[in-house]
Amino acid sequence: MTRDEFREIAANGVWAKNTSLIQILGLCPLLAVTTNLVNGVMLSLATIIVMAISGLAVSSLRFLIPHEIRIPVFILIVAALVTVVDLLFNAWLHELYLVLGIFIPLIVTNCIVLARVEAFANKSPPLQAMFDGIFMGVGMLWTLALLGGLRELIGGGTLFSGIDMVFPGLQALQLLPKDYPGLLLAILPPGAFILLGCLIAWKNWIEARAAARQQRRSPQPATAAGA
Amino acid sequence: MNFTTPPYLTQNVSVQRVMLQVLAALLPGIAIYVWLIGPIILVQIAIATAASLLAEAFMLSLLKKPLGLFLGDGSATVTAWLIALAFPPLAPWWLIVVGALFAIVVAKHLYGGLGQNPFNPAMIAFAVCIVSFPALMSQWPALDRQAGFSEQLALVLGTAPRLDTMSGATPLDALKTALKLGEGNTTVATILADAHNFGYFAGKGWEWVAVAYLLGGLWLWQRRIITWHAPFAFLAGIVLFSGALWLWDPAQFANPVFHLFSGGSMLGAFFIVTDPVSGSTTPRGKLIFGFSAAALAYLIRVFGGYPDGVAFAVLLMNICVPLIDLYTQPPIFGMKSKP
Repeated sequence: MTRDEFREIAANGVWAKNTSLIQILGLCPLLAVTTNLVNGVMLSLATIIVMAISGLAVSSLRFLIPHEIRIPVFILIVAALVTVVDLLFNAWLHELYLVLGIFIPLIVTNCIVLARVEAFANKSPPLQAMFDGIFMGVGMLWTLALLGGLRELIGGGTLFSGIDMVFPGLQALQLLPKDYPGLLLAILPPGAFILLGCLIAWKNWIEARAAARQQRRSPQPATAAGA
Repeated sequence: MNFTTPPYLTQNVSVQRVMLQVLAALLPGIAIYVWLIGPIILVQIAIATAASLLAEAFMLSLLKKPLGLFLGDGSATVTAWLIALAFPPLAPWWLIVVGALFAIVVAKHLYGGLGQNPFNPAMIAFAVCIVSFPALMSQWPALDRQAGFSEQLALVLGTAPRLDTMSGATPLDALKTALKLGEGNTTVATILADAHNFGYFAGKGWEWVAVAYLLGGLWLWQRRIITWHAPFAFLAGIVLFSGALWLWDPAQFANPVFHLFSGGSMLGAFFIVTDPVSGSTTPRGKLIFGFSAAALAYLIRVFGGYPDGVAFAVLLMNICVPLIDLYTQPPIFGMKSKP
C-alpha cells in the first residue's frame, strides 16, 4: 500500500466521506446512544473493532465468497464479530454494557458496517480494507463524541458523565453551574436531530469556505485543464 | 372616458399592516390578562419581544438580509407576544428568552425565514420548553393568593425563591388531575363547583381572557385578515369531540363550553391555526387543518399527560400541511375541475 493510498483512505474516513455527516448512515445508534460523550465514544470503539476485523476478513475471503449470496455471508461474518465484542463488553465493562444495551448487538445491522464491507472491502486488498474500516470508524468516533459532548453539555451541564464505568475512580466534569436547569430537549432524540443538522451545516460551511479560497488562489477555470 | 386597467386592488396589504392588526387584536386579551394577574404579563411581553427582536437582528445580519425591512414587519413581535401569552406569566425570565430564541433562530430562520418556516415558531417555543422544563411550564399563578407586582417581578427575575403555594395548575390540568385522583368516584360537576379554580363556564378568570381573544379574533375576521375556515373548523372540532364524549358520560368529561374557553382553545383558534405561513392555505385545506388540529388537541388535552394539547396538535398538523394543500387545490379560474 502506498503512502498516498493510505492518506486517501484516512482522509475519506475521517472527513471527506464521514459516516455521520456525509453518508448519514447509522442514525439509529447516533440518536439513541449519544446522550453523553462516553456512550458515544465507547459505541464507536466497539464499531471500530467490528469494522476493522470485518474489513480484513471479508477482503481476505473475497475470492471465496459467491457473488450471489455475498450479503448473507457478510452479515454472518459481521454478526460473529459483534458477538465477540458484545461478550467482551459484558465481561470487562459490564456497567457500560447495561447502558448501551441493545445497541451493541445492533452493530450487526448498522448500515455503516455493511456499506463499507460491500462498497470497499469486497473490492480491495486486506490491508486497505482494514484501514478503511478503522478510519471510517474514527470518523464516526469523533462525530459521535462531539455530538454526545454537545448534547450532554446543553442537556445537563456536564461532560464525561459515566466515565467511572470505563475508568473507575474518575469523575464527570461539571462545566456549567450546579443550578443549571438543563435543556432536556438536547438529551431527547429531537435534540440529536437538531444538533446533527447543525454539525452537517458546519461541515458544509467549512468546505464552502475552503472551496472559495481555492477558487481565489487559482482563478483558472477547472475545465481548462480537462480540455 | 376614463379607462383604467385591472387589478383594482386598492387596499395596501403588507406584512407590516397584517402583523400590526394581529397585535391590535391581541390587546383585549392582554388587557383582561393584566386585570387578572397584574402588569407582570407586560414585563413578560417586553422580555419576549426584546429577545425575539435581538435574535431576529442577529440572524438577519448573519444571513446578510436587510435589517430594517424584516425587523419592522412585526412578524417577530407577533411571535414574541404569542409566546409570552402562552407561557405561564410567572415563569422565570430565561424560560421566555429560551423559548423566543428557539422560535426565531431554529423554527424561523434555520428553515429559511418568514414565509418558509413549516412550523409555527411560537408553538415550537412552547413545545420545546414544556418538553424540557415541564415543572416550570405547568406552574400557573394561584388566583386566590394574589401577589403584589414587586413580588411577581422578583419571581420572574429569579431573585426570590419559587414557593409552591404561589402557583397552581391550569383549570384544565386541575380538572384532569382531580378526575384521575377520584378514580371514577368524582364527577365533573362537583369538581367544577370548586370556586377556587373554576368560574361561570370555565377556569376562573381565564374564561374572560378567552372571551377577549374570541372578540379580538372576530375583529380580525371582520377586517379580512383571517378567513373563517380555520378558526371555525378548530372550534367546531373542539365542540364536536368534547360534546360527543360529554353526552356519552357527563360525569367524566367536561362540557364543550368548558373546553372552548379553557387552555389555548381561543388563542389557538384565532391566532395560531390561522398562521398564513405554517397553516394550510386553501379554503378546504384550512377546514381540514383546523378540524384535525382540534381533534388532536382534544385527545392530548383529555387523555394525554400534558396540561394542554394545542401546541402539539398544531405542530403535528403543520407537518401534514403540504399534503393537505396538494389535495385541496381549488380549480383554476375558468376550469371546472382542478388541473
